[in-house]
Amino acid sequence: MKRAGLFARTRVSRLPQAWRRPLAIVGTVVALIWIVVALAAPVLAPHDPLAQELPRLAPPGPGHWLGTDQLGRDILSRIMYGARVSIPLTLLLVALSVVIGGLLGACAGYFGRWVDETIMRLADLVFAFPTVILAMVVAAALGASLGNAVLAVLVVAWPAYARVTRGLVLGVREREFVLSGRLLGFSAWRSLRVDVLPNVTGPVLVLATLDIGTALLLLSGLSFLGLGAKPPSPEWGAMVAGGVEVFDSWWVATFPGLAILTVVLAFNFLGDTLRDALDPRTARAIKERAL
Amino acid sequence: MRSPLARFLVRRIVTAVLLALGITLVTFVLTNLVPGDPVAANLGQRALGDPGIVAQWRADHGLDRPLPQQYLLHLEGLLHGDLGTSQQSHRPVLDDLSEAVPATLELAGAAILVSLILGVGFGVIAALRRDRISDHVLRVLSLIGISVPTFWLALVAFYVFFFRLQITPGSGRIDPGMTPPPQVTGLLTVDALLSGRWDVLSSAVGHLAAPALVLALYTIGLLTRFTRSAVLEVLGQDYVRAARAKGLPGRVVLFRYVLRPALVPIITVAGLAFGSLLSGTVLVEAVFAWPGVGQYAYKSATTLDLPAVMGVGLVVGVVYLVINLVVDVLYGVIDPRVRVS
Repeated sequence: MKRAGLFARTRVSRLPQAWRRPLAIVGTVVALIWIVVALAAPVLAPHDPLAQELPRLAPPGPGHWLGTDQLGRDILSRIMYGARVSIPLTLLLVALSVVIGGLLGACAGYFGRWVDETIMRLADLVFAFPTVILAMVVAAALGASLGNAVLAVLVVAWPAYARVTRGLVLGVREREFVLSGRLLGFSAWRSLRVDVLPNVTGPVLVLATLDIGTALLLLSGLSFLGLGAKPPSPEWGAMVAGGVEVFDSWWVATFPGLAILTVVLAFNFLGDTLRDALDPRTARAIKERAL
Repeated sequence: MRSPLARFLVRRIVTAVLLALGITLVTFVLTNLVPGDPVAANLGQRALGDPGIVAQWRADHGLDRPLPQQYLLHLEGLLHGDLGTSQQSHRPVLDDLSEAVPATLELAGAAILVSLILGVGFGVIAALRRDRISDHVLRVLSLIGISVPTFWLALVAFYVFFFRLQITPGSGRIDPGMTPPPQVTGLLTVDALLSGRWDVLSSAVGHLAAPALVLALYTIGLLTRFTRSAVLEVLGQDYVRAARAKGLPGRVVLFRYVLRPALVPIITVAGLAFGSLLSGTVLVEAVFAWPGVGQYAYKSATTLDLPAVMGVGLVVGVVYLVINLVVDVLYGVIDPRVRVS
């Protein structure tokens, strides 16, 4: 197939140019800063994120750069520790969606018939709900906890990958190298693993990068609704929710929200860059199939 | 049915009905997943001690039957408008929701209107000025639009515009002292207009502005991005180049040759955008104390009022399904190729 060939070629020749653009540089730098913050939070944070000290609701200033919340906890330290909660969970979430959705989609596309029907109708059912609504319903049914919130986001996130992978697999399934593999006696699984999946991974990775932001927004949204992280966990969405109660102390909600915004923005910049860097036709195909 | 359009419509409607059944199945299964025992949630301490009363209650509510039968009972209830009773308000969920739906429709309607006008407009501008400054600025702005956490933006907007600058009125749909106009549509702006109550209209529009704009930001970003790529795709077609080459004025080329085919993907995305608006209401209404489905969902979620949460899921799911059906039909009307595929 031309797409796979083009894909391989453009990746080498165009990647450096695309990555030299300002959006790509900003995205990379911001994402790296957050990863460093998450890794080094115990070293970097000026205070214990759970320690309740006076003064409460102190505005930003020396001592507490981003102020303190209604329990007198240092907001900067909580945001830094919050990166250890939100970022790894989001990455794990997207990785799991890629694996689960990708495998299901690949099976649907490769085996066809009832396997295809079952999996894709299940995906249709998920698409029948607005995302936050379904995630909220699932999280409420499972009970409020961060783990269940992750599970709820997973439930709404996998079908996009299933659709994209299925479409791409359908595209390669009948191609000669796959057929000749089967004629050589490859089992269905081996053929899927060796011949089909490598041709599908690139576009799926683009979708995954763009999805990191969406997943973080959804996860922190569930925490905001009280269906995710439980206090005193320094999860960003829950911290914003805490700020609703002390409205005139603007710093309590503002800074955790900015943390979410910068992480999501960084990964969206990266995802956009990655998409542009790859074959535009592949990008278009992803977009169409994701709908 | 010889007409391809009729066949297309019937197929879409059958799919929608099946999906609606699927939605009821999802909420039913999720309700039965809950570790909590419904008997314990509904009966008092003394009644729980009496096995006779417990058994009677279970039989009355069909809980002693196998799950498939319970599902059928549940479906029958739904067909009679029985969505269960909210554990929090102790009222039927349907009553609670029917009061909340018009408020949300007004908010989401205003937001989708703003998003369509601005999103499509920005997208077209960005595409026509590809790789110039305005394209880059719009690209960054639309990325920011889809990256902002809605619940946080709502809070910031409320703080800045109401609390600090006092430009926008506070929470709710109209000023507290005002008597609402006689209810016709349930949409306060429309009802005020119909009854000629200009004071209510200006108050309602004032209250609507901030939450609608907050809600619209994400969809504006989404629509800008999709419109840009849809228009760019059409701009590259030979017939557009031919239209330009034969000297047609730019406006004619844009509206007759470019926008109509570009509209097809844009409409699909507008349907999806409506879904994200419905999602967004859950996060925005709570902050602005907008008495709609979103705030109801927020309250039910935070207090784990399961019948109410499931009712919201069911109703919003069905509303979204209907919107998607309309989008699909529009799609078939605009693009004849869709009907046959």
